Amino acid sequence: MLIGDRGKYLGIIMGLTFASLLITQQSSIFTGLMTRTYGAISDLAQPDIWVMDPKVQFIDDIKPLQDTELFRIRSVPGVAWAVPLYKGLLKARLEDGNYQICNVLGLDDTTLIGGPPVMLAGSLSDLRRQDAIIVNDVGASTRLAKPSRVPGGRPVPLQIGDTLEINDHRAVVVGICRVSRTFQSQPVVYTTYSRATTFAPRERKLLSFVLVKAQPGLDPQTLTRRIREQTGLAAHTAQEFKDLTYDYFMKYTGIPINFGIAVGLGFIIGTAIAGQTFYNFTLENIRYFGTLKAMGATNGILLRMILLQALLVGSLGYGLGVGAASLFGYLLGGTELSFRLTRELLVFAGSAIGLIIILSALISIRKVMTLEPAIVFKG
Amino acid sequence: MAVSPTDPAVYCRAVTKSYVSGPTKVMALQGVDLEVRLGELLMLVGPSGCGKTTLISVVAGILDHDEGECLVFQEDLRAMGRNSKTLFRGQNVGFVFQAFNLLPTLTALENVSIPLLLLGLKKTEALSQAREMLERVGLADRLQSLPAQLSGGQAQRVAIARALVHRPRLIVCDEPTSALDAGTGQKVLEVFRGTALAEDRALIIVTHDNRIFNFADRIARMEDGRIVAVESQVAH
Repeated sequence: MLIGDRGKYLGIIMGLTFASLLITQQSSIFTGLMTRTYGAISDLAQPDIWVMDPKVQFIDDIKPLQDTELFRIRSVPGVAWAVPLYKGLLKARLEDGNYQICNVLGLDDTTLIGGPPVMLAGSLSDLRRQDAIIVNDVGASTRLAKPSRVPGGRPVPLQIGDTLEINDHRAVVVGICRVSRTFQSQPVVYTTYSRATTFAPRERKLLSFVLVKAQPGLDPQTLTRRIREQTGLAAHTAQEFKDLTYDYFMKYTGIPINFGIAVGLGFIIGTAIAGQTFYNFTLENIRYFGTLKAMGATNGILLRMILLQALLVGSLGYGLGVGAASLFGYLLGGTELSFRLTRELLVFAGSAIGLIIILSALISIRKVMTLEPAIVFKG
Repeated sequence: MAVSPTDPAVYCRAVTKSYVSGPTKVMALQGVDLEVRLGELLMLVGPSGCGKTTLISVVAGILDHDEGECLVFQEDLRAMGRNSKTLFRGQNVGFVFQAFNLLPTLTALENVSIPLLLLGLKKTEALSQAREMLERVGLADRLQSLPAQLSGGQAQRVAIARALVHRPRLIVCDEPTSALDAGTGQKVLEVFRGTALAEDRALIIVTHDNRIFNFADRIARMEDGRIVAVESQVAH
């Protein structure tokens, strides 16, 4: 019956498509954004365990340790290796005299453990050269880019051989890398630990994290417990540290609320449009529902009819909305937009649309279930 | 329940029905006595608001009366549960409405097959029987037409086919000719007498249309919720 009423049929599908699009798109952006919060942890695949000050709440919450802590950690039984990592925000002076804050990562001088996951130009070992730094591609082509030689022209991306001043220290670009997008938008600069501590302002403590590998066969969880007990420091597996970071942003930032409002709005608008249109359709066709009842259709049959129609429009709306959201994510894939559409989000959006059509259909179902078939003889 | 040929199809004694409309209580039926026999076409006539529609609603089992006794094929519908009554209607009652009430998105053939599908017949069998019935009412060439593509007379014939296709024993019609012109109305009644009326079936037609009175076996006149006269017509 509903398909025959083109206006209402398309109206409900449009409403559900809009709801599905909004719910899927906003949830995907939210997930993408939250994934970025621990992007730096994901990029460091080699260590099993991150050791840090017990008060650290997330990856960018740096509470430096004394350098001697590294040796204490290395002495814990079960540690295969432990290397230092510097992480800090330092000021870089550009060729045009502007300053740009950079996210500097200082890697163990000997092993260079913790380097970027993908090198686009140069090699990681080039960091051993004097004053060497490796810059991420996005930073090199945007915030650290050199001004155009032509007035009004496009900035020239930083290349191997270019120099910067980091905190008044000369730094030479020896490589361009690609890193996961993080929550911070600053350029990412890799260098050695010793050079990073030279770049950094003088402080008594400069060791941000210690990266630890467990000996083969030893459960990392067991080792984290051991490190905590023997050093009094916080030790987390990579996944635990991601969870810690994720939970911090969930708890202390307005991100979940903002996205929650957008998703909730999609849900409410979808329910309102679909519910009202569905109910209007039922009211306009109440005579036919009455006729069917008079002719012997049980409430069960009419219930199945309504649910089938709701399921049809729900499936179409869900599919179109998810398709549109996927297209949106695909088209904006190479931009700053954080978009991560997971299987769980598809299930979430499907459940939300399912709930919308159930709520929409319920009002109509109630009307039809309580309908007296005698209505068929009224005007 | 088995019904002998001598039993009335419909038996009503002292049937009352009231509606509450705001602060006032309206007595739609005030002690109706009525019998409708098998093989009979009974017309129920009377002024607007006299209770005709309420009476056929009670008889058809889509409305419960307040007091009195109303047996349809010896069954007390008021005593039945909701589902039993729905099933009883599906098997025993055919409806024809003033506004046809054909489902607008279904073809004539699909509309006529509905009662059979509701009784659980397979779709192919239901469509086959529906086609047969539409041929009997002279609409073999309009099987795939939507209601909007049919004339008033054709739509009412589809409605009649839908009311008859499952071979109900009682057919109730509410003003079946009021939306039709005189000629078409006469033809529709001819279809009723020719196709619908049988020895094991009773027809009740509510009408204002005195042009079709000559098709009735008996005419029951209602006023103020009561049957005030029952007139027999000349044998057809």
